[in-house]
Amino acid sequence: MAGALWCVVEDDRKGMPKKVMAEALGEAARLGGPVEAVWLTDKADDAGLQQLGEWGATKVWLLQHEGLAPYRGEVWAPVVADLAAKETPKAILAPVTSRQREFMARLAARLGVGLAADSVALALEGDRLVATRPVYAGKLLSKVTWAKQPWLATLRPNVFRPAEVQAGRSAQVERPPVTLPAAQMKLVERREEVSTGLPELTEAEIVLSGGRGMKGPENYVILEELGGVVGAAVGASRAAVDAGWRPHRFQIGQTGRTISPKLYMGFGVSGAIQHLAGMRTSKVIVAVNKDPEAPIFKIADYGIVADLFEVVPEMTTEFKRLLEK
Amino acid sequence: MKILVAIKQVPDTATQVKISGDPKAIETSGITWIISPYDEFAVEEALRIKEKRGQGDVVAVSLGPDRVKEALRSALAMGADRAVHVNDPALAGADTLLTARALAAVVKQESPALVICGRQAIDDDMGAVGAQLAELLGWPCASWIMEETVDADAKTVRVGRQVEGGLEVFDLPLPAVLSAQKGLNEPRYPTLKGIMGAKKKEIKDVKAADLALGDAAPQLTVTTLEALPPRPPGRIIQGEVKDAVKELVRALREDAKVI
Ligand SMILES: Cc1cc2nc3c(=O)[nH]c(=O)nc-3n(C[C@H](O)[C@H](O)[C@H](O)COP(=O)(O)OP(=O)(O)OC[C@H]3O[C@@H](n4cnc5c(N)ncnc54)[C@H](O)[C@@H]3O)c2cc1C
Ligand SMILES: Nc1ncnc2c1ncn2[C@@H]1O[C@H](COP(=O)(O)O)[C@@H](O)[C@H]1O
Repeated sequence: MAGALWCVVEDDRKGMPKKVMAEALGEAARLGGPVEAVWLTDKADDAGLQQLGEWGATKVWLLQHEGLAPYRGEVWAPVVADLAAKETPKAILAPVTSRQREFMARLAARLGVGLAADSVALALEGDRLVATRPVYAGKLLSKVTWAKQPWLATLRPNVFRPAEVQAGRSAQVERPPVTLPAAQMKLVERREEVSTGLPELTEAEIVLSGGRGMKGPENYVILEELGGVVGAAVGASRAAVDAGWRPHRFQIGQTGRTISPKLYMGFGVSGAIQHLAGMRTSKVIVAVNKDPEAPIFKIADYGIVADLFEVVPEMTTEFKRLLEK
Repeated sequence: MKILVAIKQVPDTATQVKISGDPKAIETSGITWIISPYDEFAVEEALRIKEKRGQGDVVAVSLGPDRVKEALRSALAMGADRAVHVNDPALAGADTLLTARALAAVVKQESPALVICGRQAIDDDMGAVGAQLAELLGWPCASWIMEETVDADAKTVRVGRQVEGGLEVFDLPLPAVLSAQKGLNEPRYPTLKGIMGAKKKEIKDVKAADLALGDAAPQLTVTTLEALPPRPPGRIIQGEVKDAVKELVRALREDAKVI
């Protein structure tokens, strides 16, 4: 409906919306709604539609077509722009993921409106929306506002409070006709990463990060063991990535992934400004480092000055004991 | 084959940034400026394509004030052939869309087969300009690329794009826009010969009027810059490792309630 707050659905490519959608939908509700989801997909599970309703969407615009998968910005942008021209939403929000980041930029250009990427707060001030975004490697916060609607923003995962689940509540599903432009890009293949069995870095609620202090690639097993116990993703500093100990996709920081977990624990990470750029909005930060002068202790909530090779196994044992209870 | 590389000049991450008297801007004196690191990957990739093909034309483009010439000069020293400097005070408050519109106008004048941007500029961290440029041009676009091969007759480019859980490989017909992710390559350092040679290469100055931008009002504006709220002071847990770990785990569970 006119004046609605739209949330573009990020799904698991198998028919279910991802958990980050609870955050976008929750934020849209806090901004006063009406909250609607826009889902571009080749397959949508009924359970997925139900899920969006339980997270607070009053309506789901289901744009279902086999040509919408895999994601291609050149195809998605005109489809959503056409619907937006008809329905005139007030805002369009999406979680930060690799494809939503690109898609929302293209959509903003197509609609000729502003985009606040990777926002960490949204607030209505009178009749305008103001977004807060970290800038300059997270050293400052920038507040931005739009010249006109719809306001487009992407939301940093794990920062916004997720919607409470309202069991049994369902959304009205609209299936507008989908006309796709001819696609220029052709998918050749999708190379899946070998699964570590641990959560994805940007989605994880707990992240363990190993730096140069890990001393070698073989030692990451101790972090993976701990990760397995607490359900954490395992990332790395650039020094560790550049040394070839971990693939680039695990790098946290300015030239790697930006994460904002509930709990970040750095082991043998010094806390260079470029590393902090990627994790400083984490809720609780723990640092384990031999050097009491390491800069990471300046932003850590809890620190232990000790050899990580003594601390990590001890932590694994202790967490195991705690979580088995 | 002509390749255009979009580079942004940004403060070196190691320099301190301070909010200036105007709360919308940073203090620009005393800052060390660099080419945004992802844009160096973009320049490097363009040079490699040219070298591999044995011919080509690499044009570096940047929008910004006078100081930006230095960044363009560095790109020329790395090996770019020419540069275009969009330098107009009317574009000083440009948001990503206005930047993309200016770049699109340059692209139309230069008609390259490929445009390479960085994944994101490390000052505003928007990660938007490349995709917006593609949209304005009606070109396909692949962001966060980790690998790239242009086919022999420069008709298509095959790219590997980093996504959650893997890599998606796409064929894009040219012309197209790509954005470089770390891991694509290792940028070269300019050689002394390159630095000397760069002095003789052309940097063309372009004004907003030359680009026929019409309305140059940004769609997104900064209202204020703020310092980070201070984090509550941290706590170093003392004692034997065993005891310290026990206390840490308790604190995470009972005080911080994160586990
Ligand atoms: C343009 C640019 C972009 C960058 N982007 C990134 C980025 O995205 N991410 C990133 O991380 N970095 C980035 N960097 C690099 C960054 O500046 C640092 O060099 C890097 O983060 C250091 O990694 P580290 O903390 O693992 O290593 P170091 O700084 O070498 O620190 C290792 C730490 O381990 C401790 N240690 C050693 N042994 C032990 C032990 N047994 N037990 C406990 N502690 C131990 C040491 O005391 C030390 O503090 C970037 C740099 C530049 C210039
Ligand atoms: N002022 C500019 N001049 C030239 N290129 C730019 C400019 N701003 C952004 N870009 C390009 O667009 C990419 C993404 O920038 P951004 O969307 O600002 O994060 C950068 O890595 C550059 O390649």
